[in-house]
Amino acid sequence: MTQKYLIPLTAVFLLFLVAYTGAGAGLGWFFGIVVPYLAVLAFLVGFVVKVMGWTASAVPFRIPTTCGQQKSLPWIKQNPIDNPDTSSGVFVRMLLEIFAFRSLFRNTKAAFNRNASNRIIYSWEIFLWVAALAFHYAFLVVVLRHFRFFTAPVPGAVQFLEALDGIVQVGLPGLFLSGVVLPAAALFLLARRLFDAKVKYMSRASDYFPLFLILGIAATGISMRYFTKVDVTGIKEMTMGLVTFSPVIPDGIGGLFYGHLFLVSILFAYFPASKLMHLGGVFLSPTRNMANNTRARRHINPWNYDVPIHTYEEYEDHFRDKMIEAGLPVDKKE
Amino acid sequence: MADEITPDELLDKIDYGTPSGDWMDTTKSVQIRPGMYCYAAKAESVETLGLPNARPWNPVEDDWKLPDDWQQILHEGIKERLERFRTFKIFMDVCVRCGACADKCHFFLGTGDPKNMPVLRSELLRSVYRNDFTTAGKILQKIPGGQRLGGNRPLTLDALKEMWYYFFQCTECRRCSVFCPYGIDTAEITIMARELFNLIGLNIDWIATPVSNCYQTGNHLGIQPHAFKDMLEFFVEDIEDITGVDCTPNFQKKGADILFITPSGDVFADPGTYTCQGYLILFQYLKEKYGLDVTWSTYASEGGNFGFFTSHETMKRLNAKMYAEAKRLGVKWILGGECGHMWRVIHQYMDTMNGPADFLEVPVNPITGTRFDNAASTKMVHITEFTADLIKHGKLELDKSRNANRIMTFHDSCNPARGMGLLDEPRYVINNVCDNFYEMPPNTIRENTFCCGSGAGLNAGENMELRMAGALPRATALKFVHEKFGVNTLGTICAIDRAALSTLCEYWVPDVEVAGIHELVGNALILPGEKERTEDLRMEPLPGCEEEE
Amino acid sequence: MTNKWIVTGLAVFVLAVLSPFWFNMVTTTQAAPEPELLGPAKEARKCVLDKYEMRANHMSLLDEWRDAVVRDADRIYVAANGKSFHMSLSTGENSCLGCHEDKEKFCDSCHTYTSVNPYCWECHTNPKEIE
Repeated sequence: MTQKYLIPLTAVFLLFLVAYTGAGAGLGWFFGIVVPYLAVLAFLVGFVVKVMGWTASAVPFRIPTTCGQQKSLPWIKQNPIDNPDTSSGVFVRMLLEIFAFRSLFRNTKAAFNRNASNRIIYSWEIFLWVAALAFHYAFLVVVLRHFRFFTAPVPGAVQFLEALDGIVQVGLPGLFLSGVVLPAAALFLLARRLFDAKVKYMSRASDYFPLFLILGIAATGISMRYFTKVDVTGIKEMTMGLVTFSPVIPDGIGGLFYGHLFLVSILFAYFPASKLMHLGGVFLSPTRNMANNTRARRHINPWNYDVPIHTYEEYEDHFRDKMIEAGLPVDKKE
Repeated sequence: MADEITPDELLDKIDYGTPSGDWMDTTKSVQIRPGMYCYAAKAESVETLGLPNARPWNPVEDDWKLPDDWQQILHEGIKERLERFRTFKIFMDVCVRCGACADKCHFFLGTGDPKNMPVLRSELLRSVYRNDFTTAGKILQKIPGGQRLGGNRPLTLDALKEMWYYFFQCTECRRCSVFCPYGIDTAEITIMARELFNLIGLNIDWIATPVSNCYQTGNHLGIQPHAFKDMLEFFVEDIEDITGVDCTPNFQKKGADILFITPSGDVFADPGTYTCQGYLILFQYLKEKYGLDVTWSTYASEGGNFGFFTSHETMKRLNAKMYAEAKRLGVKWILGGECGHMWRVIHQYMDTMNGPADFLEVPVNPITGTRFDNAASTKMVHITEFTADLIKHGKLELDKSRNANRIMTFHDSCNPARGMGLLDEPRYVINNVCDNFYEMPPNTIRENTFCCGSGAGLNAGENMELRMAGALPRATALKFVHEKFGVNTLGTICAIDRAALSTLCEYWVPDVEVAGIHELVGNALILPGEKERTEDLRMEPLPGCEEEE
Repeated sequence: MTNKWIVTGLAVFVLAVLSPFWFNMVTTTQAAPEPELLGPAKEARKCVLDKYEMRANHMSLLDEWRDAVVRDADRIYVAANGKSFHMSLSTGENSCLGCHEDKEKFCDSCHTYTSVNPYCWECHTNPKEIE
């Protein structure tokens, strides 16, 4: 099923070319002003609608997945993080889940060998966790670093982050670590999808598309910074124009930048309609963000409705004679 | 037993490699294969419960006798559940198909069937959700090749049959949920899918008939009140033979301290019956020593709840009896026996569905004074919590040597492990009634525990190949400690486990026996006034009492 | 998680996404530096590179110059426009800063604006400051 990745790959190329040539043909205002505004709008509206949609759905039962000892008797040591019974425990569990991908950290790989012992061997499989963590943090750093294009003067925090990201002081312009880690991790995640038979079998075009898109964004960005070079001051004039609602299209900004910006815009617009919404979903997952204290504190189901039940009276009516004969107590003797 | 397939044949089939191509192309060719599916629900059982589309039907026949508007019913059903369950909606939206869950499922590990990877099991339904309920899906429908590219598909009869087949190959064990970075719980998706199937009359008989029995008669096995009493009295006789003490229990005793509810499987079949005798011995001991008054009920004579495998509504209907009976009898609180899914229902659903239990008291163990604050609202305590507390306070006189022939390991049942976190209580009890305890490898116990392969209503006879395949990960771990430490007894706190693991052992690790924890307690507990015991509850010689050859 | 928390979290997220917009509303935004040719540069009207190429590539050019001068003792650069230049950032009248006298305007204004910290001045000195 080569289509599943060739079509997204082609799509990303075409999208880039559209903006690259479009900007060259005098449509700079469209790709530089109209599209970015629409993309941000689509992102925010889409994101809010999606999360509010989740919020609108009820949480009828408190069903955390418990991954450790419950709180029961005082002398039995509870695992307060993996099986929290308080909101502070849940808070820590969620922090670790969101910032350290704790569940993914547990990942194992199973292997079965048909031999005398026929054992299934489980080995710790850390690479998905490492790559996922590297990918997300590098992405975050890249996003935050881009605030230098949206603020003037650039705040100290952003400058500090740049200094930290460029701490290796290699090359000119100085190499940003995130610029290496992000594409490397994304390529690893892509390689998993292409070469791990199981992951390949479950992957869809919608899994490849964001990866190619992000790789395309990274490639154009890296190219502009390290290889082809662009007029950074001119670009900043433009980005500052966008965020101060006085858009300008300065001269001399190459098509590469429009390609970069367009791919970013596509990512923004595509985000809410895609699996990328795990960004919001991870906060809301009821198996993680609820305390395991259902027996201690009653959870309310907003749509709990009455159901027909077989009452004791009906039961006794049905079996009274047999019960009396067997010497079982009954409420009514006949 | 599985007549059809031997362990070697089953092992030969395992291949974790996946086919090339797209799984969606294989939907049409999915064969509902004997040995892997359970028989259809009997019309009679579906009727008893007043559930829709009661009729005789057969999954392997082409015509499933569905209502004409079945697609509409399911569409409405999905829509309603998306509004009622945030879990369902989020789990449909956020999966990134990272594959972390893929090799965590015992059915995948035992069959190698890629559609048993939790992610693909969910995709069966998710693909329909994307197609019919998302804007992107609706747009893609209009573009040629769009559906395929998006991995979306309409709800066709083939898709329905494929879903039915695979959602009855999930035991709702939640192991995948432990590893999912978003906590996506396939059990929850399976629960939704099975609810949907029930809207158009597609339950399996191994679930529908126990549910109907439980509703009418009070327990899954349909044991009528007088028979239930007979069975317990039969145990009483056996115990008297072994110990010389009369352990006759109370039935429906108004004003008793505690109502005790356990799965009816413990009354019915070995080795659960020995666990049941363990309960009787414990309650007799507590009555004699401390005057604790425990009562059983024939009306609420089922701890398990196969309604949970049917729909939330059916679960609530069956579960309602527990509080109703506790209220009628005027007990202080409820004690629950060893059972798996029963405890998921009690721990995470009962109070919400059928509470508040304001007619009961916050459970306090009158013997130790321990207040079970963790059950302050639901007012139901797990028997291993209760027994562990008694042991900790030195309230039980135990003779460990009577279990000296048992080299134990412990199987954490899925639901108490991942839906509750009851991990150390049973271990504490085991270690106090038995000297030889060895854990299975860490990837197969506690929150990582493997299902017996027969949970969630799949412990029928006709799907034995599926059950034994699903049992493989548990079996290989058990075999490991059996060979390494000479483990001969697999302890468990689940009635389905006691039945299913026995079959598992017979098939995969024939030298290991299965025992409930309270069977061991029953053996070790020194009853006031007992005679010198020479036999354990299985009427086999106690260690040191073996007859000379 | 209660809906109140979700809505709060969502509001924070939206504000964070919109931060480039409101941040510039609540703070004084520095305008983009206006390029201006002063002194000798104004008269010369000929530079080492074209305007836009200069803006994009000057750092690479300086890097090449440094290598040429330090390693090969090659001090003359012939530009595309045929003129020769002394390969130096800050020494002599034919150097960069010899022609563009005002470092503040010529270098720093853009670098500050785009948050770039070149390490040129760790070795070089602005000729104006020597006096």
